[in-house]
Amino acid sequence: MTDFLMPSLGADMEAGTLVQWKKKPGDQLTPGDIIAEVETQKGLIEIEIFEAGILESYLIEEGDKVPVGSPMARLRPEGSSKKTPETHPIQEKSQASKPLAAISEKTPSESSSSQKKTSEEIPRIKISPLARSIAEKNGIDLSSITGSGEGGAIIKADVEKAMVAKAGEPAGKETREAPSTAKTIPQESIRTAVAAAMSRSNREIPHYYLEKRIDMLAAMTWLQEVNRQRKISERLLPVVLFIKAVAKALESSPELNGIWDNGLQIQNQVNIGFVISLRAGGLLVPAIRDADLKSPEEIMAVLNELIPRARALKLRSSELSDSTITITSLGENGADKVFGVIYPPQVAIVGFGSIINEAVVHEGMLAIRPVVHVSLAGDHRATDGLSGSRFLEALNNNLQNPNAL
Amino acid sequence: MTREHIQSTIFELLKKTAPETDPHSLRPDENIREALNIDSFDALQFLVALNEKLGIDIPEEDYSKTTTLGSLTDYLEQRSR
Repeated sequence: MTDFLMPSLGADMEAGTLVQWKKKPGDQLTPGDIIAEVETQKGLIEIEIFEAGILESYLIEEGDKVPVGSPMARLRPEGSSKKTPETHPIQEKSQASKPLAAISEKTPSESSSSQKKTSEEIPRIKISPLARSIAEKNGIDLSSITGSGEGGAIIKADVEKAMVAKAGEPAGKETREAPSTAKTIPQESIRTAVAAAMSRSNREIPHYYLEKRIDMLAAMTWLQEVNRQRKISERLLPVVLFIKAVAKALESSPELNGIWDNGLQIQNQVNIGFVISLRAGGLLVPAIRDADLKSPEEIMAVLNELIPRARALKLRSSELSDSTITITSLGENGADKVFGVIYPPQVAIVGFGSIINEAVVHEGMLAIRPVVHVSLAGDHRATDGLSGSRFLEALNNNLQNPNAL
Repeated sequence: MTREHIQSTIFELLKKTAPETDPHSLRPDENIREALNIDSFDALQFLVALNEKLGIDIPEEDYSKTTTLGSLTDYLEQRSR
């Protein structure tokens, strides 16, 4: 037997509410099946299973809100008989999600020195960074809260309870809450999630930045030619070339495609986290899996499917935890350059500004050509500027040869 | 195809793309994408939807003629003839 646990879908997730079971006890499960829908700060997420077996029993009910890592259901793995339960968690497929969860549970005293400084200001209060941020934003007195987290640490739920009490409303509901739909998830919670992840990144990751201006004439000419022959619904956007060119450039700089968990762990799969802005503010970063193995057309097809789903807050669990590097692209008519903040536990983010016309020296002559300013933010614990520089050079070469992408 | 029909289709699809905005408040010479905060991906999806609804193909080299409400309506009206 194994327990299926509430997965962590990011540095900021502390708990999830089970909205609906998608499988019944006795059902045969195959890897990739959706077992449940869980409401999180990032919307209504479909939770996938990564092991074959049979759903033995439910351990929580629809409407229950449980912390990350809590058992949700008992499973009988394929080929095993009914024996004593092991504590081996099923939701371990995603390596990337593990350190996120581990680090987010740290209390200030266990974390970086900059956090220690904050904890000195409010002595002897153990509190998660997310909970502290919410408390500060809402003017909640931390000394009045009893923590229910590990070692008595104050977690987000404790602060929310204090907020309800402060507002003079009955604070009766403990763990059981009525499941709501994705539409009712406030954008504010996504903002809070982004705030927590980015604050942690800036606190813990020593970023270094590099920038390269890349001539886009060859790529844009190729794209125009390709799009001319296609109907409008099959046309490609420049960002597809960026994604493919980055994925391909990682072949020569694999150390940028990894996660930091007490050391660099290079990942074999190239799963590009693609930053999608939400109209009401905040952003989500779902993964484009195996981007190095996909053609530009296949990447465009993924975007066509993924972006509307992300904007409707309907993503799958693995899509939020599988990324191995992130791309942020401003599209047209935006800022010329963007310098990203690494999404932990990844070790690099590549930023593409708008494609603009600039005066460049080409073959000894001054010319006006379309260019894009590309930045790389790297985790200096994991790599050095030389790796980053090599990567940007490979990226440049790839974009000069769009045919080969 | 009347100009009114074209414009009401434009408004309907813009509302779908940017639900929290009021496309009717657009001035004819205003840049649609800037005014309604529409990114490259949504801009392409909007043109795809226009193509599906009105049956008018919009080649990539004509994208520059679709930037304002006035120019887009003129362009589609001309192409529908």
